[in-house]
Amino acid sequence: MEKTNKKQITDFLINNGVIIVMFILVIYTGFTTDNFFTSNNLLNLLVNMSSRLVIALGIAGCVITAGCDLSAGRMIGFGACISGVLLQRMDYSQKFFPNMEPMNVFLVAVIVMLICAAFGSVTGFFIAYLSVPPFIATLAMMEIVYGINMIFTNATPLGGYVSNYTNVASGKFLGISYLIWIAIIVAAITWFIFNMTRHGKYMYAVGGNPQAAEVAGVPVKTTLILIYMKAAAMYGLAGFMLGAKAGGASVNLGLGYEMEAIAACTIGGVSVTGGRGRVTSAIVGVTVFELLKLALQYLGMDANAQWIAIGIVIFIAISLDIRKYIAKK
Amino acid sequence: MAEYKLELKGVCKSFPGVKALDNVQLSLRPGTVHALMGENGAGKSTLMKCLFGIYKMDAGEVILDGQKIEIGNPDEAMKYGIAMVHQELQPVPARSVGENLYLGRFPVKKYGPLQVIDHKAMYAETEKWLQEVKMDFDPKALLGTLSVGQMQSVEIAKAVSQQAKVVIFDEPTSSLSDNEVEALFRIMNDLRDKGVTMVYISHKMDEIKRIADDITIMRDGTYVGTWRAEDMTTDDIIAKMVGRELTNVYPPRENEPGEVIMEVKDLCSIHAKSFQHINFTLRKGEILGFGGLVGAQRTELMEGIFGIRGVETGEILINGKPVKIKHPKDAMKAGIGLITEDRRGNGIFGCLSIKDNVGVSIYNKHLKAGFVLDHKKIDGIVDENIQKLRIKTPSMKEHIANLSGGNQQKVIVSRWLANDPDVLIMDEPTRGIDVGAKHEIYEIMNELAKQGKAIIMISSEMAELLGMSDRVYVMCNGKITGEITEEAEMNQESVMGYATKF
Repeated sequence: MEKTNKKQITDFLINNGVIIVMFILVIYTGFTTDNFFTSNNLLNLLVNMSSRLVIALGIAGCVITAGCDLSAGRMIGFGACISGVLLQRMDYSQKFFPNMEPMNVFLVAVIVMLICAAFGSVTGFFIAYLSVPPFIATLAMMEIVYGINMIFTNATPLGGYVSNYTNVASGKFLGISYLIWIAIIVAAITWFIFNMTRHGKYMYAVGGNPQAAEVAGVPVKTTLILIYMKAAAMYGLAGFMLGAKAGGASVNLGLGYEMEAIAACTIGGVSVTGGRGRVTSAIVGVTVFELLKLALQYLGMDANAQWIAIGIVIFIAISLDIRKYIAKK
Repeated sequence: MAEYKLELKGVCKSFPGVKALDNVQLSLRPGTVHALMGENGAGKSTLMKCLFGIYKMDAGEVILDGQKIEIGNPDEAMKYGIAMVHQELQPVPARSVGENLYLGRFPVKKYGPLQVIDHKAMYAETEKWLQEVKMDFDPKALLGTLSVGQMQSVEIAKAVSQQAKVVIFDEPTSSLSDNEVEALFRIMNDLRDKGVTMVYISHKMDEIKRIADDITIMRDGTYVGTWRAEDMTTDDIIAKMVGRELTNVYPPRENEPGEVIMEVKDLCSIHAKSFQHINFTLRKGEILGFGGLVGAQRTELMEGIFGIRGVETGEILINGKPVKIKHPKDAMKAGIGLITEDRRGNGIFGCLSIKDNVGVSIYNKHLKAGFVLDHKKIDGIVDENIQKLRIKTPSMKEHIANLSGGNQQKVIVSRWLANDPDVLIMDEPTRGIDVGAKHEIYEIMNELAKQGKAIIMISSEMAELLGMSDRVYVMCNGKITGEITEEAEMNQESVMGYATKF
């Protein structure tokens, strides 16, 4: 009995190793540096997390079905650029559409999500109906979206946004940035989809065992398309959010974010082997990831060396994740 | 020279929970073809894998040319001149014939410290060995472009090139065309003339009569006997293969088969080698057995009916009305359920809970406001099934992977019962589960039949097939070769007879 208890404790420590180490790192940073544990810092962290969480929640669906989405980063840039051209001030000298009145901010968010969803459904179609591996299909879409965005914007940076748009980032409700509220709403909707709808259950089934899902009458193909479509809509929204925060956008916005999102999901417990993962996994993963970046910054680590640290964390986190399921065989 | 080229004595092998081989022996006379026969699961392949060093035998000895030897792995077996042509070939289809032949022992040229594969020598040698087995295809051809029969001759060429003195053929003809079988026999006869000793595993009686010199028969992991092939008739062989008492007890049945619920007319697979021209009927309240040897295409037929495999032509009628089934969803709509043979492969969702494993097929039926899952109702249904089928679990939230095989099977049965099908197809419903759970599954089947559900059961266990079925169809090589309706004909000999009617 004692032995199993000991084993359980060891297992718990190993399985949650990355989170535990991160926790220790955060406490260490908090006590050795000034201003780390401040409400301002916390709110900043949450703002940084907000768009990352939206991306991670989108990509989580793909990872749960044992897939991935490399097009996320380029979709974010695309979403940010579409939002940008539709929301520039009339008096801005380099306005993209000089004669077009800026549109309603909400409407733009919806348009961006719809356009990205259309691209996502194409990716999903190739994955579901033509059995193209997700890695390749999303890689192809990544290139296509980037190319379209380059041609569309002539690769020029956008700026001069209407205050309504930048207000999405700077404005607050109950003292909390709108960006954070958006992330909370997206997380709530995603939780609802994952747990309360048949699509969510089908997603876990397809991820857990696609052959069994087929036999059990699950519409595997439709489910896959919906997942990639929904994810793309969320990348578009994240692009919209990032554009508002930066007050501008360029085609390279969001570059590499897909990798960070996949890594964050895995750290939080979304299994790359499929079938496992919850909304809280994405939240935990993104929190750990952003905390890591912030703590390293506070500890004065060289900005370039931070990349190495992040890489090491991904290595360890994914090895530990795989270990959990291999050990069970 | 010793009387026997190779002898196996007192071989025992256990797997967790099963005694696969119990004191088995095999004696091969030099330069003969020795047929090894027995039903599914009699232990033929296991015995050969023990000989070849793939499995480690628990007890027993191997005597080669009168010398006791130890074989720890296939590499050592090959060093002793023993080669095996596997039931499922394991070649590298994307590489050339030559590379496959010399895989793991490529000829090399040395440039100082640098070793380089000598392609010229490899292909020249390959050509020589291919001619040795009278095959004349290009050594540089990709293996994947060859037919199964040709791939097999590459395997045989490989065995010959290793100067093998003993070659094991594990069901080599199961996927060959007639021409390819002829070619194989020609090679085997050649090898025999050269003094090579061969073990030949097959179910095909006519082949055995043609090629074998000796026959050893196994049954349920034990040795039955060895005879000269010319002394045995087909009926003798069948009788020796099945000659056991059926001791298993099956729960009494109270079901009454009623009117026809399903009719299958001239169903043909899109693959010529799979099921062809299948006709059968199924009645309400009936347990219909499907017997046959492994590879008889029973699973393929059921998966074809269920919309998982492609069907070229033919008709399925439910209650007299034709139904179109292109996808499992269509089959479910028509009131059919399928419990697959490969529980891990396409049955359970290992990483999901019992609830999700049951619920997956009914989530679209229990919705509030058209899109919100009615968890309360679904929990109720799952709970009811856990009670009814006596699934042993602390809660429905438990991961299915943590249950025993028998309880996992009951969860899958629940999945279909929750869907309330009229026809339930159960493919090897008791494979890999313990005796107690088996009995419970039988009781569930009887209860369902009594309620008027129609059940199709595929079973490779003779006792189960005969003990549980009201009526039995026997398949062989993609066709239905016999129907057993009379109580008097419900015996192992008749099933085996139909099952080997190639």
